[in-house]
Amino acid sequence: MLKINNLHASIDGKEILKGLNLEVKAGEVHAIMGPNGAGKSTLASILAGREEYEVTEGSVDFDGKDLLELATEDRAREGLFLAFQYPVEIPGVSNVNFLRTALNEIREYRGEEQISAKDFMALVREKSAIVELDAKLASRSVNEGFSGGEKKRNEIFQMAMLDPKLAILDETDSGLDIDALRIVANGVNTLKSAENATIVITHYQRLLDYIVPDFVHVLYNGQIVKSGPKELALELEEKGYDWIKAEFSI
Amino acid sequence: MGYTENDLAKDLENSEYKFGFTTNIESDKAPIGLNEDIIRFISAKKNEPEWLLEFRLKSFKIWQEMTEPNWAHIHYNKPDFQAISYYSAPKQTKKYESWDDVDPEMKATMAKLGISLEEQQRLTGVAVDFVMDSVSVATSFKSKLKELGIIFCSFSEAVQEYPELIQKYMGSVVPVTDNFYAALNSAVFTDGSFCYIPKGVRCPMELSTYFRINEANTGQFERTLVVADEGSYVSYLEGCTAPQRDENQLHAAVVELIALNDAEIKYSTVQNWYPGDKNGDGGVFNFVTKRGICERNAKISWTQVETGSAVTWKYPSCILKGDNSIGEFYSVAVTNNYQQADTGTKMIHLGKNTKSTIISKGISAGKSHNSYRGLVQIHKNAQNARNFSQCDSLLMTDECGAHTFPYIECKNPSAKIEHEATTSKIGEDQIFYCLQRGISEEKAISLIVNGYCKEVLNQLPMEFAVEAQKLLSISLEGSVG
Amino acid sequence: MDVMEKDTATQVNWKMNDAFILNQSLRNDALAVLENTAFPTTRTEAWKYTRLTKIKNASYQTTQAIELTRTVGLDPNAIKLVFVNGHFNAALSSKSLPDGLKLIPLSQMDPAELMALGNTTENPEELFTAINTAYTTDGSYLHVSAKVNIEPTIELIHVSTGEQHISNIRHFITVEAFSKAAVVQHFLSENATDCFCNVVTEIAVAKNAHLTIDKLQEAADSNHFIGTENVKQQQDSVFTINTITLNGGIVRNNLNIKVAGSNCETNLNGAYILKGNQHVDNHTVVDHLVAHCNSNELYKGVIDGKATAVFNGKVFVRKDAQKINAFQSNGNVLLSDDATVNSKPELEIYADDVKCSHGSTTGQLDEEAIFYLRARGIGEHAAKQLMVGAFVGEVFEKIENEAFLNRINEILTERFSWNID
Repeated sequence: MLKINNLHASIDGKEILKGLNLEVKAGEVHAIMGPNGAGKSTLASILAGREEYEVTEGSVDFDGKDLLELATEDRAREGLFLAFQYPVEIPGVSNVNFLRTALNEIREYRGEEQISAKDFMALVREKSAIVELDAKLASRSVNEGFSGGEKKRNEIFQMAMLDPKLAILDETDSGLDIDALRIVANGVNTLKSAENATIVITHYQRLLDYIVPDFVHVLYNGQIVKSGPKELALELEEKGYDWIKAEFSI
Repeated sequence: MGYTENDLAKDLENSEYKFGFTTNIESDKAPIGLNEDIIRFISAKKNEPEWLLEFRLKSFKIWQEMTEPNWAHIHYNKPDFQAISYYSAPKQTKKYESWDDVDPEMKATMAKLGISLEEQQRLTGVAVDFVMDSVSVATSFKSKLKELGIIFCSFSEAVQEYPELIQKYMGSVVPVTDNFYAALNSAVFTDGSFCYIPKGVRCPMELSTYFRINEANTGQFERTLVVADEGSYVSYLEGCTAPQRDENQLHAAVVELIALNDAEIKYSTVQNWYPGDKNGDGGVFNFVTKRGICERNAKISWTQVETGSAVTWKYPSCILKGDNSIGEFYSVAVTNNYQQADTGTKMIHLGKNTKSTIISKGISAGKSHNSYRGLVQIHKNAQNARNFSQCDSLLMTDECGAHTFPYIECKNPSAKIEHEATTSKIGEDQIFYCLQRGISEEKAISLIVNGYCKEVLNQLPMEFAVEAQKLLSISLEGSVG
Repeated sequence: MDVMEKDTATQVNWKMNDAFILNQSLRNDALAVLENTAFPTTRTEAWKYTRLTKIKNASYQTTQAIELTRTVGLDPNAIKLVFVNGHFNAALSSKSLPDGLKLIPLSQMDPAELMALGNTTENPEELFTAINTAYTTDGSYLHVSAKVNIEPTIELIHVSTGEQHISNIRHFITVEAFSKAAVVQHFLSENATDCFCNVVTEIAVAKNAHLTIDKLQEAADSNHFIGTENVKQQQDSVFTINTITLNGGIVRNNLNIKVAGSNCETNLNGAYILKGNQHVDNHTVVDHLVAHCNSNELYKGVIDGKATAVFNGKVFVRKDAQKINAFQSNGNVLLSDDATVNSKPELEIYADDVKCSHGSTTGQLDEEAIFYLRARGIGEHAAKQLMVGAFVGEVFEKIENEAFLNRINEILTERFSWNID
């Protein structure tokens, strides 16, 4: 589904990704871990199409399409979803209106009909239950006045509504207490299927107790330096990132 | 990369004025120019009583001694007041007995404006007074209102039918001497609307007036007078459009609101006069004086959505004379291309426990300039006066300007005044967030802008709010439609 | 001796000596301005809230240098330059200067060097600037060489004494690249009534230089003051000015700051505590000409008696001056029924990628809070003091000069019977 080949990227002339390779197939869950500043969030930003980053080398194939050639909104319409580390507040725009606009634009792109108001509201009810999101939040302005946990749950709710092929969760666990973490993870697990895939970007292992990955990758200094089964995450937790730093520092 | 803001800026330039059609109705026009004879001509044409002619002539004398103000943050070629026709009426000025009598061409005009009377009568129950080039052509729902004792008619008709009310209230809130344009209007006004709500009556429907400048080289000088007697309530809507013309057209209106004890007036405007083309040629000069006076426990609320006019100079104001009276001002002003707007409000606190709220949202695009100018004045005897002002500016391009000029004057120590203002660029992170959810940049901007204006749009009656949102989209989304 | 009479600027009844001439050609230009300029009225936007009638109708005259018996100065370790009625007073001024600092009274400057000054003055056609240029009594040339940190504070002290005397003082302050200095401008009176002090200060802050000016105005309340600071900042520089007004009649401070280099920081703080018939007008302009700069403005005041406070703060962000953060805040507390405040915070923005905000509040002390304090056994006067202290204290906290702060506290105790700590 996603194939990243020798990806190099920089911001303001500083190289952050230095030849990153990764392949994700449908039905798989990949975890990307690494110390602060390793390039984890940069990877998420580049895949979603943030313009500040410049790709200097390499390619990204997304379901047969050259991802890097697509505009941000077209990547989303092709089924790439990014759960933001810091979800953005949009005052005055209700969550519902925001999502209906998004859903209809995606449908239009795919040559599908607009969703009726009735079907849409039914979908909102169904999907908000997955993350135990209070129905009232759906009518409030996008992320405005939401608590940290509500924002993260709202991200997963949007993911449920838009039903992406590939979801990238960027530090979705940061700032969550144990209950919120369980709800968010439960939501992600519910949405998992044989047709979609998930990349979980995290600093801590604890999220992986709830969202069990098929593969764990360690990102350090702009490259994936180690890959392994889910047990690798536990090893990292035990030994800490200093172990990686000691082994792979140039 | 995708649709950039530069692309948007380009699209915006090419966005056509959607209401730029003319109506081919023969009209009865005064000779161009302004002198006492013209004023006598207008007055005679309208079969006016002597006192009104005297009022006009006195106003004209005062106007001649005044100079056009130049303190506002706007730059334009001063209109040549001798090159304007001060009276233009569609030729068929006979009164319509029924809707069927209305000129089909006129009906078509209204339909194009999206305010088909038929539709509005059927669907919304809005009573409409339609003013085309100065003369009121149709007033609906009159009989229904009459049962409640509500008077809603053209200004000319009111002069003939209710001269005592007109004489009592005309010029009582905006004196002839108030300013240059008010004086000009007082001398040459041709028509407008008059509304009177009797004691204790709650007007059951929205009253609505549509203004339209049709003829080339004409000015529109209408007067609106709304009197809400003790304990009454009225919601009044005003919409404005003008056809696309290369030369500048002048609109200098006067609106006076009188809210007697315990009365409430809600006055909403959606102004979409022709803003000129993308090079800044043509467009309406909108120099309007709007003011209301509140007696004890009364409330006046101004809501405006302004997307049109080449130059706007307008400060809907409240004189909070009575104790416990309330003034509100909610405004969205959008400027694009070479448009210039200098708009805001004045809240004059005279009575005790008076309250005012100002919410102003400016959006500047293209090479336009958008200024908020406001005055909050707390007089010595205005114990416990309260004011809250919030003035936000949103910038869409790096060639536009947004300016804030609030004047805060306080002479009473028990007053509480809070003023906040912000100016910022449309949020890049907000746009990116929308894009990542599959929403196009254009639509993202429209969503964000509508969200930004929500506090104001929420104040508009439902049908008007929908229209206002559409106008915002037309003004800011080049490729729509 | 030129005699001026009222109505236009050249016709006021002021007698001003031209014994000292700053620059003959600039003087001629300034005299031409005076002939063609009327005294501003409240119809002039810049003077909308300040009537100048008292100044216009006064019979001011310049004096000769006068000796003073009292000592002056806030910090015993400071370098002092003292002016009495606008004339340099050598006896009260410091004799030795640290390396890298030039501090010379204009009247003792080399004529050739003097000629170079005043040519870059902003708004030379502004009335009070023109009066200052045409009839300069004296002033100073303050120059800090590059890469020097002047440790002691430099105090410019201005004393008015006698009756109806006018001082036209001109200062030129330049801090060269990578240097640092702190300057105090102190304005006071000694047995003075109806004097008028008109000061123009031109300030250049070079690349990466740091300059702080603490300005204290405490001349007795029949004495009027109009001061103008024209500041130009180059890149990476930091300029801070704290304007504290605790006494005086009509006091007008014009602060014009042009931020001409990128990555600058500009801080403007002001506090005014007024009573009687005082009228204090702070006019500030921060003009952001280039990108990537921050400015912060905080003015707070407490107005009692029949006093009036005026605040007009203007922020310009010019075209292409992107990434500007400009914040402006004005807070006022009215303590009496006859007190007035007029506040006009303005933004004029011509660039799009900016964050600018301003706020203005006017109100009174929080009755609930005072009640709470009284319920804890604190007397009403003390409770109000505490609250006022907390309100303007936010501005005093920005001041680093201990001696300056001590003087503020002394005045608050002497003049207002307030102890604010």
